[in-house]
Amino acid sequence: MSRGPRRWRRGAALIVMAAGVLVALAWALPWALNPRGDSNLAPAATAPPATTEQIERGAYLARAGNCMNCHTARGGAPYAGGRGIDTPFGTIFSTNLTPDAKTGLGGWSPADFWRALHHGRSKDGRLLYPAFPYPDFTLVTREDSDALFAWLKSLPPTALGATPHRLRWPYNTQTALAVWRALYFEPGEFAPDRERSAEWNRGAYLVRGLGHCAACHTPRDALGGPRKPLHLAGTPIPEQNWVAPSLALPQAAGVTNDGNARAFVQLMKTGMAPGAVALGPMAEVVQHSTQHLSEADLGAMATYLQSLEQPADPEPSPVTSATGTRRAAAGAKIYDDYCVKCHGKQGLGVPDAYPPLAGNRAVTMHDPTNLVQVVLKGGFPPATAGNPRPFGMPPYVLTLTNDEVAAVLTYIRGAWGNAAAQVTPLDVDRIRSAAAGG
Amino acid sequence: MIASAAATGAAAPPFEDSMAERTRACTACHGKQGRAAPDGFYPRIAGKPAGYLYHQLLNFREGRRHYGLMQHMVDPLSDAYLLEIASYFAALDLPYPPPAATPPRTSQALLERGETLARHGDKAIDIPACVQCHGDALTGVQPAVPGLLGLPLDYLNAQLGAWRAGERRAHAPDCMATIAKRLKPEDITAVASWLSSRALSADTHPAAAPAQPMPLECGSVSVQKTALP
Repeated sequence: MSRGPRRWRRGAALIVMAAGVLVALAWALPWALNPRGDSNLAPAATAPPATTEQIERGAYLARAGNCMNCHTARGGAPYAGGRGIDTPFGTIFSTNLTPDAKTGLGGWSPADFWRALHHGRSKDGRLLYPAFPYPDFTLVTREDSDALFAWLKSLPPTALGATPHRLRWPYNTQTALAVWRALYFEPGEFAPDRERSAEWNRGAYLVRGLGHCAACHTPRDALGGPRKPLHLAGTPIPEQNWVAPSLALPQAAGVTNDGNARAFVQLMKTGMAPGAVALGPMAEVVQHSTQHLSEADLGAMATYLQSLEQPADPEPSPVTSATGTRRAAAGAKIYDDYCVKCHGKQGLGVPDAYPPLAGNRAVTMHDPTNLVQVVLKGGFPPATAGNPRPFGMPPYVLTLTNDEVAAVLTYIRGAWGNAAAQVTPLDVDRIRSAAAGG
Repeated sequence: MIASAAATGAAAPPFEDSMAERTRACTACHGKQGRAAPDGFYPRIAGKPAGYLYHQLLNFREGRRHYGLMQHMVDPLSDAYLLEIASYFAALDLPYPPPAATPPRTSQALLERGETLARHGDKAIDIPACVQCHGDALTGVQPAVPGLLGLPLDYLNAQLGAWRAGERRAHAPDCMATIAKRLKPEDITAVASWLSSRALSADTHPAAAPAQPMPLECGSVSVQKTALP
């Protein structure tokens, strides 16, 4: 009689102990994983007042980092935050970078700001979400960080409190962030490669650091960690339904020779180059960031990108199936009705107005997502100092059916020497439905 | 060779660097030269006051009006270019088509209520007449108040509904939001039905200046005085 309850009691004690250990671990884990080379900051020494030169440099760097784009809500005060950034884990809202004392960076020191950039940790010690690309910004030098901070402190303060993130459990916990950091983050420092030119090093610093090109162009794993061996290898951006093309692959957006290095500089500076137009998320980047960079810096970025290891050429995949051929024939008719006026019978476009479709890598790139987006939504390239009055493309979302969009794209992907795979109505439907839902 | 060259020549009209060419993305929905007829959904933009058009473009870009396609169009464009586009369409002086037929079940009583609201307002619910701000001929007033004739019924209904629901906004004080919130849904149907059934008067141009002081203060008008170069 008495053995049963005693055994039961011992069992219960074990369970309680095990549970206690688990709870303790859950508490301890973030503590153990939390610091990644950073420590608590000493109370801020009074920083010397910022110089005009430093503020100007900071303004330029803020353009290079495109800070304003994420840290400004639609119609909101610049840099006051509140823009929602969709991620696979929920929506993260950007914070207020203006020097408002209560809701912005008013109470921050240059050291607090440096720690946020370099270690991904806020002034109050909490870990920041990697939607803020601190894994890239960790390469930013302390000098540049201080200049950026001086610029932000010079802005008019705007009182705008933080919008709470809308994230699912467990992604809304500090533990999740501590684990993520332990898996994917090492605080870094940009170590110049002495074997390479100063130009290459400048380009590498901008592309891999403030420019945070990897945030969109490097594939991520299921937990949103960058797959480092695939640096800038291109990947879909599922939340936006666009593809960030590979910056290494010659058949995508690779900068592979001096000719397309020049085109890269022009595209980043003006939003248009012979055979290329910046549309979709990249239009935003050109508009708010790269058009403001010096040609020297853009050239340096091209030099760095040109040195990326080029993956093996994928075989061209021309349309050979009977359905594909039929689809292309139907597409030729649609092309004559809707596209030929601007893009021309030979797919050559009009210089400085309409891009050519013949030999255009955005047309023949393996994944047709961006192409479908452009046909459905149309739109303008960014208005820039170099191309202030761009020509626009009409949207066809209400005019053409999925079958028709697939047909016309299959046609242009196979005409005039292009040799890319066909586009199916299912491809179009996937993008149309996502656009309607979002 | 010769045949194909001839075909190419026939298919491709010469490219002309003009605003009409640059704004093909606009005219795809708003009709050739921006003269969308009242039988669709999209509003005519040709001949509307430049300030009104410019501020609508800004309103889309800054989130005071919501329509995905429009937002996508204006997002990458600068204030200067949006103003140029607005001025281009405002300057187009083109005839209007006759109004679309009213839907078959529109009752005479509904149209009469619509006409009363438009011409006289309704003091009981504190609604000014449309004509007090939009001009006696309802063709708008320079530079900021749009004409209300020649628009599709669905478009008018949708805009008044969106104002009532807070989904369309203008600069504060947002007079149209105040008015739309005082209107009952059946009043919205009435005034939209009457407006869309009216033909324009012989002079279709917006009035140069308001004939009388405006009954409400409108941010969209006061902001115009400072914002338009």
